[in-house]
Amino acid sequence: MKKTLSITVYNESGVLTRVSTVFSSRGFNIESIAVGLTGNIGISKIIIVLPGDQQTIEQITKQLKKLIQVIEVKDITTRPCVERELMLIKVKSSISTRSLILEIVEIFRSKVVDISEYSMTIEVTGDPGKILTIQELFKPFSILEVVRTGKISIERELGINTEFLKNS
Amino acid sequence: MKNKKNSVRTGAYILMDHLVQNGVQHIFGYPGGAILPLYDELYHWEKDGLIKHILVRHEQSAAHAADAYARSTNKVGVCFATSGPGATNLVTGIANARMDSIPLIVITGQVGRSFIGTDAFQETDIFGITLPIVKHSYTVRDTNLLPHILAEAFFLAQNGRPGPVLIDIPKDVGLEEVFSYSYVKRKELFKKTSYRLNHELKKRAIKEMITSITQAYQPLFYIGGGVLRSNSIKILRQIAKCFQIPVTTTLMGKSSYNEKDHLALGMLGMHGTAYANFAVSECDLLVACGTRFDDRVTGKLEEFASDAEVIHIDIDPAEISKNRYPQLAILGDTRKVFLHFLKAIKSTVALEQNQTTSWLKRITKWKKVYPLLTQSYQSSSLSPQETIFLLGKMYPNAFFTTDVGQHQMWSAQLLNCEPKKWISSSGLGTMGFGLPAAIGAKVAHPLQDVICISGDSSFQMSIQELGTISQYQLGIKIIIINNGWQGMVRQWQESFYGNRFSNSYMKNGMPNFSAVAQAYHLNGFEIETLNSFRSLMEKIQGTNQPYLIDVNVIEKENCYPMVTPGRSNSQMIGLENLEENFLN
Repeated sequence: MKKTLSITVYNESGVLTRVSTVFSSRGFNIESIAVGLTGNIGISKIIIVLPGDQQTIEQITKQLKKLIQVIEVKDITTRPCVERELMLIKVKSSISTRSLILEIVEIFRSKVVDISEYSMTIEVTGDPGKILTIQELFKPFSILEVVRTGKISIERELGINTEFLKNS
Repeated sequence: MKNKKNSVRTGAYILMDHLVQNGVQHIFGYPGGAILPLYDELYHWEKDGLIKHILVRHEQSAAHAADAYARSTNKVGVCFATSGPGATNLVTGIANARMDSIPLIVITGQVGRSFIGTDAFQETDIFGITLPIVKHSYTVRDTNLLPHILAEAFFLAQNGRPGPVLIDIPKDVGLEEVFSYSYVKRKELFKKTSYRLNHELKKRAIKEMITSITQAYQPLFYIGGGVLRSNSIKILRQIAKCFQIPVTTTLMGKSSYNEKDHLALGMLGMHGTAYANFAVSECDLLVACGTRFDDRVTGKLEEFASDAEVIHIDIDPAEISKNRYPQLAILGDTRKVFLHFLKAIKSTVALEQNQTTSWLKRITKWKKVYPLLTQSYQSSSLSPQETIFLLGKMYPNAFFTTDVGQHQMWSAQLLNCEPKKWISSSGLGTMGFGLPAAIGAKVAHPLQDVICISGDSSFQMSIQELGTISQYQLGIKIIIINNGWQGMVRQWQESFYGNRFSNSYMKNGMPNFSAVAQAYHLNGFEIETLNSFRSLMEKIQGTNQPYLIDVNVIEKENCYPMVTPGRSNSQMIGLENLEENFLN
């Protein structure tokens, strides 16, 4: 089961190392990590996705809370969230396949950001599900390179759980 | 001190001023290139008698001595080392303090700010190296921030769960002048985050604790180092006496309860007493205070107090449910929790006397049937247990420091120490801790007896500190339990590795310890029999001079009882007359 942790920290030197040291020294593997500034000066947010069960996540949360530069740790796995990830994907293309690729780009409302004789680079934003789908669709054209930012999430203010609505 | 203008101060001055204003009287350390600006400032402060620096012979010992200094007092231990090798030599000492939750301020020199990252001479990223083993750490990049960093460091080292705090000070920060410096008090800081160190006690939790304790027929206190650090020894005694609850302690919690008391069970765990381990296996309520369910204590975790309801009192939220899920967890300083508890019982509880009587009777029976064994060899050879036991009897008020291994476990079993007078490397198990620890304790308590019980192998890991003892004429009595082996390693090889003694024999190349002591201008003796040991100890009792006594004990003695790793605590080896059905 994958979990998402949202960690609010003071943006001081060494804080990212300290946070990641907790994961490595307690034997956890991080799947993705995204760090960025927040609206408040001097405060950053780290979004970490990692595999693990409830008990290990609880333990790691406690260990993270002990760090002096950590302000808040939230397990937002089950909370209603808006999740986004950015992917840049370079796909092999020729004159004959170009229009097919453009079709997919159109359908998924993504963007072509670079093009050459034999390749296209596409920018995709979306939740992790969309990213995976597109990646899957581009496979037949042969993918040359993929870069992903890692997932960032923010809680929905009204608390409406879209995942839940989908299933109901 | 020496500054020309009143408000213009160097970084080094700021450091010294903060140390002194925070009540630091002693620093343990070793100078070197990058920390010279600090030592230059220290020169003036020492001259004015404001602070004293103890020059050790190896940086690791500086950290250990500061560690023991903190353990034996309520203060923070402070140690200095230079950049590069000086700093890396501290690593073991920092890790040791971290494992045992000891408040330490570690100051390391660093190359000048413009050289950082260039692989300069004696540069090492000590900040990075120590990240996983410190409570917090700083590299001072702006001298103006130094006062805040120091104030914060002192606060952090001591509050919440104590631990080591490292401050890396580049050479030019020590020399840089700061205008309008003023001392920063601890209270002015940490408005934002200090809430995390103050846990609010819930009245309901205390109530539940009272209900559990009053309803238990076979309760047991399981006491760790947190009780000593929070100074709750007296209240613990009061509660234990009031409810007639037996008390077992961990290696860190040793000395928190008088082991001659009928409620005391001594140490539990791998080399704990048989009755303590039986009691843990049989109790119906386990009150764990300031302790962390370490694997050496619990044995096989699933069978540790498996029938008991567990109450866990600890200041560190991360320790709750780490190894064992408690039925009731109370976050906070044990002293505070105990005080609230006492206040609450006065009004609510009518004590049912004699509730634990039959439980105590069972325990007394175990004590009789499975006492700690001290092998006696009459006059022919010397038993290590007898030596240690005699030592404890002759010096009931002394500070005892130990190294790591068989002698440590025997000491833990057989000595009865006064509160905070037991100093041993528990979590990390650092060989070479004992001698520098004795230095730290003696510096803190110059007029009291300090005895270092060491083994022949452990001792050689810090043997250079005889120089420190000689220089400051520290009246430490060093007892080397010399069996010519890495005793505990040999015991494991004997028990679990088919007598293949791989690299544990130490007789080859062993020095003449008493001659080494004499070479350092200390009194050195070699002892072969218990009688000569007794008469020597009688002769030197009351003297405040350094002595090294090399006690040649019998080689093949092993430390029992012992819980085989991975087994339940009630399955111990090395017990005589173990009756299978006795437990029932």
